[in-house]
Amino acid sequence: MSVTASSANLGARLLAACLAGAALVLAAVTATGAPAVLLRDGVIHTESSRGTLTAASVLIVGGKVTAIGPDLVAPAGATVIELHGKPVTPALFGGIGMLGVEEVTEEGTTIDGVLKLGQMRPEFDPSLAFNPDSIPVGVSRAEGIGFAVVAAGAEAGRRGAAGSSVLAGQASVVRLDGRAPRPPVALSFVSGADGGALAGDSRAAAYMLLAQALEESRNPAAATSMDVHLLTPAGRRVIKGVVAEQKPVLVEADRASDIRTVVELAQRQKLHVVIQGGAEAWRVAGFLAHADVPVVLDPLDDLPESFDSIGATLENAARLHAAGVTIAFSLRDSDPHNIRKLRQAAGIAVAHGLSWDAALSAITSTPARLFRATNEFGSIEVGKPANLVVWTGDPLEVTSLVDTAWLDGERASLRSRQTELRDRYVPKVKAGTAR
Amino acid sequence: MTRSIRRAYLRGLFAVLGALLGAVASAQASSPWDDPYPSTYRAPVTAPVLIRGATVLTGTGTRLEATDVLITDGKIAAIGQNLEFPTGGRVVDGHGRWLTPGLIDVHSHLGVYPSPSISGNSDGNEATAPVTANVWAEHSVWPVDPGFYTALAGGITTLEILPGSANLIGGRSVVLKNVQAVTYQSMKFPAAPQGLKMACGENPKRVYGGRNTAPSTRMGNVAGYRAAWIEAEEYLRDWKDYDAKIKAGGKAADEAKAPKRDLKLDTLARAIKGEIPIQMHCYRADEMAIMLDMSHEFGFHIAAFHHATEAYKISNLLAEKGVCAAMWADWWGFKMESNDGIQEDIALVDAAPGGCAIVHSDSEEGIQRLNQEAAKAMARGRAVGFDISPERAIRWLTANPARALGILDKTGTIEAGKMADVVLWNRDPFSVYALADEVYIDGALQYDRAHPPATPRSDFMLGQPATVGAP
Repeated sequence: MSVTASSANLGARLLAACLAGAALVLAAVTATGAPAVLLRDGVIHTESSRGTLTAASVLIVGGKVTAIGPDLVAPAGATVIELHGKPVTPALFGGIGMLGVEEVTEEGTTIDGVLKLGQMRPEFDPSLAFNPDSIPVGVSRAEGIGFAVVAAGAEAGRRGAAGSSVLAGQASVVRLDGRAPRPPVALSFVSGADGGALAGDSRAAAYMLLAQALEESRNPAAATSMDVHLLTPAGRRVIKGVVAEQKPVLVEADRASDIRTVVELAQRQKLHVVIQGGAEAWRVAGFLAHADVPVVLDPLDDLPESFDSIGATLENAARLHAAGVTIAFSLRDSDPHNIRKLRQAAGIAVAHGLSWDAALSAITSTPARLFRATNEFGSIEVGKPANLVVWTGDPLEVTSLVDTAWLDGERASLRSRQTELRDRYVPKVKAGTAR
Repeated sequence: MTRSIRRAYLRGLFAVLGALLGAVASAQASSPWDDPYPSTYRAPVTAPVLIRGATVLTGTGTRLEATDVLITDGKIAAIGQNLEFPTGGRVVDGHGRWLTPGLIDVHSHLGVYPSPSISGNSDGNEATAPVTANVWAEHSVWPVDPGFYTALAGGITTLEILPGSANLIGGRSVVLKNVQAVTYQSMKFPAAPQGLKMACGENPKRVYGGRNTAPSTRMGNVAGYRAAWIEAEEYLRDWKDYDAKIKAGGKAADEAKAPKRDLKLDTLARAIKGEIPIQMHCYRADEMAIMLDMSHEFGFHIAAFHHATEAYKISNLLAEKGVCAAMWADWWGFKMESNDGIQEDIALVDAAPGGCAIVHSDSEEGIQRLNQEAAKAMARGRAVGFDISPERAIRWLTANPARALGILDKTGTIEAGKMADVVLWNRDPFSVYALADEVYIDGALQYDRAHPPATPRSDFMLGQPATVGAP
């Protein structure tokens, strides 16, 4: 774990300000009547300008963080939890995928994140299907994950059936605290070989269709050469909004040449793109840094899974970060069941050259910023709702577990269907009757 | 009967046959007990290596601090303190580093489902009939798969390549040494038995039921296995009769007619005889119990249930039957039969007295870090009250898989006389930050993190512009 001298000094400099803040809330009563909570004496990875504070405390009043710093005094009636130096991080990001819209991967009736109408429907919003009671949501919450992105998936149709479109639909931040998703914040576009499979078997056609859709959304009267509209009026409105508000367009791309092509297209079309996947992004790191294009990557990619990722390497994250590219992490697989593995992937990026601090940012503050959820997620800061996790040890280490967690200001339940199964069978094994 | 005894017996048998039928007949005779695709792997001749002062996890449940391990002639020669510097040998400073047996993955599809994942090289499932005991995974292995090398960087020295799980009985597996080679024969683990891949549950019934052919249900699955085993029993009886007549000599031998060879039944007959350990893909506890009954019905032994996401529900039963469970640390939920997977699965199988827990990958990514998968399982086990030390957990990826593959007498532990398949880690291997510094196979340094190969090991990666400048 890295606790830099500079961040410790910064903490010391801010001590007085913190104490002042604490004094103001001494008599605070929470809005819900729940007692204030003081998490005392931990290592606080704030993911804010205050960096990492050692031997520091976090005060939560009314569900909000009201003070952070050393020597905080617990208000009367506050619950004091001694951390004994345990690390505290913002609640983690669960990556981009199907959390809450996919229950059992092989069971199509439990999956709602992929539209296969054979039409371009960027207005498709899979978050309308989000189920906060989905079992993977509870399992992931118990692992310290507080937010994730649900993005429209894209698949070719099977046996001649209709498939998805290269403009697959919208993406939203979903919260693991039981509340509804935030409004759509991004649009998904698929390039590369997968995009080609959805665009008449040529990735070139995927770019062609994207350019034509953008043109049509600007000028609905102008149709394609065959007088065919690609989009519905709703689809055109969504694309216009994405362009006007400079919402991210999540572009699935791995091959260096695809990344270049799509970024250049985006520059011409005034799109704000975020590369998703980016197995070969390190090869165009300087270009991406100059174009200010972030990459959401899977640190585990290191094999030529396809001809689009011949250059995949475990050093992708480290090299992009060194070149000044903004990076966040997401597992490549959209399956929601094991998104808890993302923090392990972050640790593996560290083992392959990324700084520990950059790895933590890639699963906390950076995705919160990319997906415009910093008012809730990504950092531990005064005034923000408490979305944070206390860990038994280094949060990127595979042997560390969640100690306690707060989501939206409330103590989060760490129980899930899996802990129920565990607690039913552990006693049987201990009694020698598991048979 | 061990393989070497069997071979000696065969040589005797062919001598008799040759005398009776003439040299031409004996040269052309083939039998279910032959090994027509033998290993051509030869351990490279290497200078002795002395690894000094490492923390040694032996794989036998022991942890030795600041201990020396001497490797000579490809074998573990000595373990102890202040071992003598070998003449002409190399000394490796192991202080602050950890030495473990080479990791063994009992469930890999490297080579049969290689990278890149494209149709031309997709050779893992002969999904054209539900029982394909006649196919051998080794005949699909593409030794060029770049995944072999990334697995080596993760400390994998031995791996079992299995057919996929589309079929009830998918075919024979092969055990490989993780060495660079042009042919699979020169990776084939000498004298390791082949395995037999079988699959429970959803996959076979989905593949064949989707075509409106049998099986389309779990009861159809079980009927399908049983029909195959009944045929195999009869085949085995015929061959035993024949072998007995030949052995008896005289008129009986003269008149004996060899049964017609059947590749499918060759495999199943040898499995019943215990020569081919059964590796069974099975998730649910109730289905594993059905398979155990079936193994009694036909007299075969199941070496391990693979995936076994519900093994924890029957861990005492598995331990009593002497059956291992090969598991993931945390995969679950990708289909109904994996819906009850929990992160304590491995620890709970391990906790049953006599339990045999194995960490497996079934993944070109997971195989690169079985040590981390074990670390996660260890942490989960500790959290529910099991005292799992590193020296205990390392058995899940070394000795226990070696046992399930029938090669524990050769590898899987650091003991004098065993193959020098060892990994030197930069630190405690049960960590996300752990990296293999050096990987030895039969005493030969096959991976050296400090000195990566100047060119890609895989022919596929050679000359690829996209890898220029890659580490």
